[in-house]
Amino acid sequence: MSSMPHPTTAATPLVIPGSRAVLWLAGAALFAIALYYFIGVDQGAVSVFGSDTHVHEFVHDARHFLGFPCH
Amino acid sequence: MEKRIIWRGLLAGAIGGLLAFVFARIFAEPQIQQAIDYEDGRDHAQEALNSAAGIAPHEHGEVFSRAVQGNVGIGVGMILFGVAMGLLFAVAYAICLGRTGRLRPRSLALLVAGGGFLGIYLVPFLKYPANPPAIGDEDTIRQRSSYYLLMVVASILLLVLTVWLGKRLRARFGTWNASLIAGGVFILATGIVMLVLPRVAETPEPLTDPTGKIVFPGFPADVLFHFRFYSIGAQLVLWATIGLVFAPMAERLLAGSAARPAPALVNG
Ligand SMILES: [Zn+2]
Repeated sequence: MSSMPHPTTAATPLVIPGSRAVLWLAGAALFAIALYYFIGVDQGAVSVFGSDTHVHEFVHDARHFLGFPCH
Repeated sequence: MEKRIIWRGLLAGAIGGLLAFVFARIFAEPQIQQAIDYEDGRDHAQEALNSAAGIAPHEHGEVFSRAVQGNVGIGVGMILFGVAMGLLFAVAYAICLGRTGRLRPRSLALLVAGGGFLGIYLVPFLKYPANPPAIGDEDTIRQRSSYYLLMVVASILLLVLTVWLGKRLRARFGTWNASLIAGGVFILATGIVMLVLPRVAETPEPLTDPTGKIVFPGFPADVLFHFRFYSIGAQLVLWATIGLVFAPMAERLLAGSAARPAPALVNG
């Protein structure tokens, strides 16, 4: 392993602003933030499904344990 | 390339979430159950006080049983959270690629995972630590959520700024000193944010009757400590797994196919 040449800047691809790669990365980030929101925040302080509490109650223990405010 | 990075991040996150769930099921659930038992006992004591004072009791509805919440719900929650963190990790990793000098792909994977643990979880935790059920006033959930999310956003932004600052300073001060200066700026800046944000202290005090006699104890300190301790443990498991699972995949993906006849464990 140590005899391998170290990859340098030239060997790794650079994400160029404005390229298609940026769209994929932005999509992945948005999806991740939506997941983060539904696990941690929805049906607590704010809610996209009105006063329903099924999402909140289902992931309830995870929400507490992952550090989100709850209750 | 970015698609392959994203899928690998998602996979690493799901595995990390699964392991964090196993950890949570073993270590956190007993603490959560004790906290809920405390809450039930306290509610009973409170109802008794209320009915003595002529206040009508209020209803409690249960949407999911404790068995579902403590076995299935927490599993789904932890794994999906892992997926979300794996995706954010992949995005950060892809942005860093080609911008971090002579760092090996696997070293970068561990650094980015460490940054995620620090920025998304640990620094916000220092100001607003995780709380088990029974701690926290329902009427303040709006403020507490805003403060917490503000803390998360500030911590991530400051971490990004720190990395940028460190890179800027490296030419003049060298890697070691630039890292120390940037790290110091990060500690100072997050410290200021923590000082400015409001304090939240809602751990239940002992319940007293009108004469001041304690009818129900305050929240058990050992349960609180262990819950928070294991909360950090679960996040460590999650982020360490993301970094360690992603590292060899990144090495294979980026080091060049000619240079490495690696046995294909996960190949795309
Ligand atoms: Zn709760």
